[in-house]
Parts: sequence; structure tokens; C-alpha cells
Amino acid sequence: MHSSGISIWFFIGVLLVVYGALILGYGIFELATGQLANVVLANLHAPVWWGAMLEALGLFYAIRFRPGRAGK
Amino acid sequence: MFGLLTGSIAGGFPGSLPALLVFSLEPLARLGTLDILVIALYFAMVLWIGFYLKGRSNTSEEFFMAGREMTAWIAGLSFVSANLGSLELMGWAGSAYQYGILAAHWYWVGAIPAMLFLGMVMMPFYYVCKTHSVPGYLKLRYGEGARIVSAVSFAFMTVLMSGVNMFAMAEVMKVVLGWDLNFSIIVSSLAVAAYVALGGLRSAIFNEVLQFILIWGGALLVPILGLVECHGWTGFKARLAANIASGATPAGDYTHLWRSMGHFADNPMGIHWTGIVFGLGFAISCGYWTTDFLVVQRVLAANSLRSARLAPVIGSFFKMGVPFIVILPGLLGLVVLQNGDGSLMHLVGQNLATPGSGLHSYNEVLPLMMVRYMAPGLLGLGITALIAGFMSGMAGNVSAFSAVWTYDIYQPLIVKKARDEHYVAVGRWATIIGVIISIGTAYLVMHAAGIMDYVQALFSFFISPLLGVVLMGMFWKRATKAGGFWGLLIGTLTSIGLWAWVYINPAALRYVALSPDAKAMAENMYRALWSVIVSILVTFVVSLFGKARPLAELNGLVYGATILPKEEPVPLYKNEWFWTVIAIVVFFALNIYFW
Repeated sequence: MHSSGISIWFFIGVLLVVYGALILGYGIFELATGQLANVVLANLHAPVWWGAMLEALGLFYAIRFRPGRAGK
Repeated sequence: MFGLLTGSIAGGFPGSLPALLVFSLEPLARLGTLDILVIALYFAMVLWIGFYLKGRSNTSEEFFMAGREMTAWIAGLSFVSANLGSLELMGWAGSAYQYGILAAHWYWVGAIPAMLFLGMVMMPFYYVCKTHSVPGYLKLRYGEGARIVSAVSFAFMTVLMSGVNMFAMAEVMKVVLGWDLNFSIIVSSLAVAAYVALGGLRSAIFNEVLQFILIWGGALLVPILGLVECHGWTGFKARLAANIASGATPAGDYTHLWRSMGHFADNPMGIHWTGIVFGLGFAISCGYWTTDFLVVQRVLAANSLRSARLAPVIGSFFKMGVPFIVILPGLLGLVVLQNGDGSLMHLVGQNLATPGSGLHSYNEVLPLMMVRYMAPGLLGLGITALIAGFMSGMAGNVSAFSAVWTYDIYQPLIVKKARDEHYVAVGRWATIIGVIISIGTAYLVMHAAGIMDYVQALFSFFISPLLGVVLMGMFWKRATKAGGFWGLLIGTLTSIGLWAWVYINPAALRYVALSPDAKAMAENMYRALWSVIVSILVTFVVSLFGKARPLAELNGLVYGATILPKEEPVPLYKNEWFWTVIAIVVFFALNIYFW
């Protein structure tokens, strides 16, 4: 699929990076302020670790499949 | 998107589509700024992809077949994603709440054997003959008549179902989020029309893969947190057993797949294991996964025969995983969902979840679970997953419609010889017109919701008989043009006749499904099975009286008459047969574990 042009995995990586940053950012805000959302198991801080996971996955794909990278 | 349809028709969806749409009046979720931003970013991304790919869909091969350069992974994810509609996700989660783990049959026995059969047995013929579509294969094997009948019915049903699902999704957005129907319909259809008309099949496939990732990223958190709350699967079963013992949850076997399949009366779906194995596992599942062009088109876009064979195998692993984000949340909802006062929430049938009743229907279990666990941002991601599921399903419909219209109707019947650019332009216009017809259908259904059930039934009439005819054509050299035509016709009439018989006289279900204890769910399975059997028998008998085509004409089309291209040897971990064996082992392990 990525024999010509930008790979789909790059697009996915970019979107996950942005989503990860937004969700992780909110999670850190929760941690810092102690204002937890009104959801069950809020004490587990899912936005922090789920957001971090999305961010890491997104960074991996965005870098691994970035346009112009040799041997994509 | 036939996600919903295939879930409902090919998969024997529990309950009618209108029933799925009965929600309480109060929106289930309220989105914050962060959630809206997450959704808006998704729309921006799909449009970016469409505009980016516009310059790479200039030839018909690029526009309709994505240049046949998809890797096995891309084709495989797109293949399974085209079936993963958001309404289907919510419907099956609701079924899991209502019927227990029996709903997983539609993801395991009702999909995996057929997907592996497509990859290992049927794909070489589709791929080697270089057909652009399933109707195109029928033309090569049985002649122009079979192609036209199949293409017209497919094109008609595709846009019709696209519209039905568009309306259904808009309804869901209205009741879950309080969004206006017109807003949902117009925004989503404009986005789909833009990116498919711009980028063709490649754009549709890109977005299906994107949707697949979003669905997992948006929905997987629900069962994870649900299991944490229940202290694992064992803890869930203990809480469920306690609820059943106290009478808080209706008695039943919610956690076993096969134990209650010995008799129609032993399980709430009213199904016997023969119906599940032969009706669902063979007639319905193979009919959909191996002959419905919507999904087969994704695999035909693969970059080599090996990729085309490997794609459904890769897809099968993810399909086996889908119950963990669909069925498991439904099951967990049985023990974790609570009312405001802390008492156990009881979801009810759609007829009881009327506005003002304060009750929620089974089909609301997935949104309810999302709202229960998902903080701002995460909820937006979950809702984006549902929207993405709907949009990519619709894109699948219109891209398949565009290809069949151009290759199998317009080219043979209207303009036979034209430049390649002309057919690409026709394909782009077909995409836009397909979306417009879908919107029209959505508004038609808005004013006559009862139409939806008929549309679903209509689609089911064509799928199983087509399977019988394709199988005979692919594996019996003697099958003739007349045999294929009459097999398709009589098989379809059989399906229609059985449906009408039960519709007029519900008591006839005992004959169609072989038991007085059978329920409506069993009807779909046995009806499909009878129509496949009839189409095979008719094709066989009629072909015996005709003259078979010379063997040389069947190269690339029929087993035993086809010389398959030799493929370079690859390491074991890249070998399609190796992964097929692994998939079979996992499939049996899951069924045995949850026996």
C-alpha cells in the first residue's frame, strides 16, 4: 500500500498522536487538579494511560511510516 | 455497512432494524468541547485523505481496484472492517445482554470458516481470472445474463441499504447525543461522497483501516474497565450467578456457546446446533463472506495472489477478537449497570423502552457502558468510533456500487467502448449519485420505517442462492450457463417463497426450521440453507441436460481446469497455510473454552 505516496499508517499515526495528546493532556489536568470526571473507576485515571498508549502508538506509526522514509 | 445488514441478514440479526432504533427520549450522553474536537478531527482527517488520494485515482484500475496494490494487512483489515458497522456493534452488544454469549456465534462459527474458505479455496479463482467484481466472475463463468441479474440486484440493494443504514445511524445519533436527523445525514453523506468520489476504492479502504483502529482504540477500554470492576472473568461469572440466584437477572446460561444448543427449546434464541453450523456457518456466512462484492472487492485489490489469500486469514484473527469489544461489554452490562439509586439496572425489550418509561432498551447497552467509564475525550473517541463505523460502511457501499454500476451495467449495456477516463468519470458520478439515492432512501424510510424490514429481507433473498451457483461454477466443470441461471432464479424464488410462507402463516416456521420450538432467529438460517441446497440441486440437474463448455475456456475459473501461478517460497511466518492452521486452532480453542 505504501509503494507510492504516503502510507495509510502515517495518517493513522498522525491522528493517534493528536488524540493521544488531547486525552493525555486532559488526564494530566485531572491528576493535577484532582477534578475527576463523573465516571466509574475515575480513580484509575484511564485518560492518562490510555492517552499515553495512543500517543506512543501514534508516534511509532507516524515516524515509522513518515513520507519519504527510505525502505517504507 | 452492510455491517448492519449483513449482521442482520447474512448474520441473522436479532430483531428488526426499526426495533434497534427505539431508544428513550433523553440523550444518553452529553459531549464536552474535548469530545467535539475529537470528532471534528476525524472528519478533517478523512477529508484530508480524500484530497490527498485524488491525484492517485486517475485510471479505472486505480479508482475501482485501488491499483491492486494493497498489502495483505491493508486488504485484510479493510475486509473485516467493511463488515464492522456501528449499528451492528450496538445491536450485538444488546443481544449479548439479552441472550448471553450465544451472540458470539455470529463472529466465530458464523464468520471464521467462511473467511478461511474464501482465502484458501476460492480466492485463487477470483484473483487469477482478474475479474473486477463478483458479477464479473459470473459473466466469465455463466455468461452475460447471470452477470446482469446479479449486478442489477446488487447495485439496487446496495444503495437502498446504504440509505436505510444512513437513516438508522442518524436516529442513533439523535437518541444517543440528541443530534438533529438532517444534520447527521447531510454531514456524514457529504463527507463520504467527497472522499470516495475523490479517492475511489483506495480512499474507502484507507478509511476502513482508519475506522478499524479507531473502533479498537475507542471501544476496547470499555471491556477492560468492566473486567477491572468485576475483578476479572471469574469475578463476573460469580456476580452473574449471584444475580441469577437472587432473581435479579433472568435465569439462563449466559456464558456457554454450545451447551444449550441441543434442542430449540433449550436456548432463548430458539435455535438448534444444526441451524448454527449449517445454516449460519455455511449458507449465510459463506454467502456473505465469499460472494458479497462489498467485502470481496477489498481482497481483489490485493497486490498479489498470496496477499489476496492471506488477507482474509489476517482478517479472521481480528474477527475472532471483535466479541471482546462487542459481546463482552454486553455481558458485563448484566452485572455492572446501575440505576441512579444504586440498584441493578434492567434493560428491556424495545417495546417497553417507550419515551417517558425511564427504561433503556437492550440496544443501548454499549452507549451506556461508554458513558459509565469514559471521561471527556475518551467518550469523544468512542463516539468517533461509532461514526467512523457508519461512514466507512457507507463508503464501502458506494464504492462497491460505483464499481458494479460502471463495470457490470454501464459498460456492457450502455457505452461499450470508451476511453478509460470516461469510465473513471462515470465511476465518480456513480459515487455521488449513489449517495444521493441513499439520502433519498433515508428520507423515504424516515416517513415509513416499516420499509426497513422489507429491505433487509429483500437483500437476504439474493445472497444464499448466489453462493450455491458460485460454488457449482467454481468446483464443477460440468456446470452450464443455463444451470447457473436457473439455479440462481429458483434458489432466489425458494428463499422468497419460504419467507412469504412464514410471513403469511407464522405456524409454517415449524416446517421451515424443522421444529415447533424454533423461533424467528432460526428461520433465517434454515431458509438460507434450503435456498443454497435448492440452487445447487437445480444447477446440477439443469446442467446435466446441457452441453458443458470446453475445458480450455474454464482456465482461471474452475477447480481442476485452472493452472495457478507458482509463487515464490516464503518463510513459514509469511505462509498463508501456516496462518490458516493457527486461525483454525484459535477458532477451536475459543469454542472449546466457552463450550
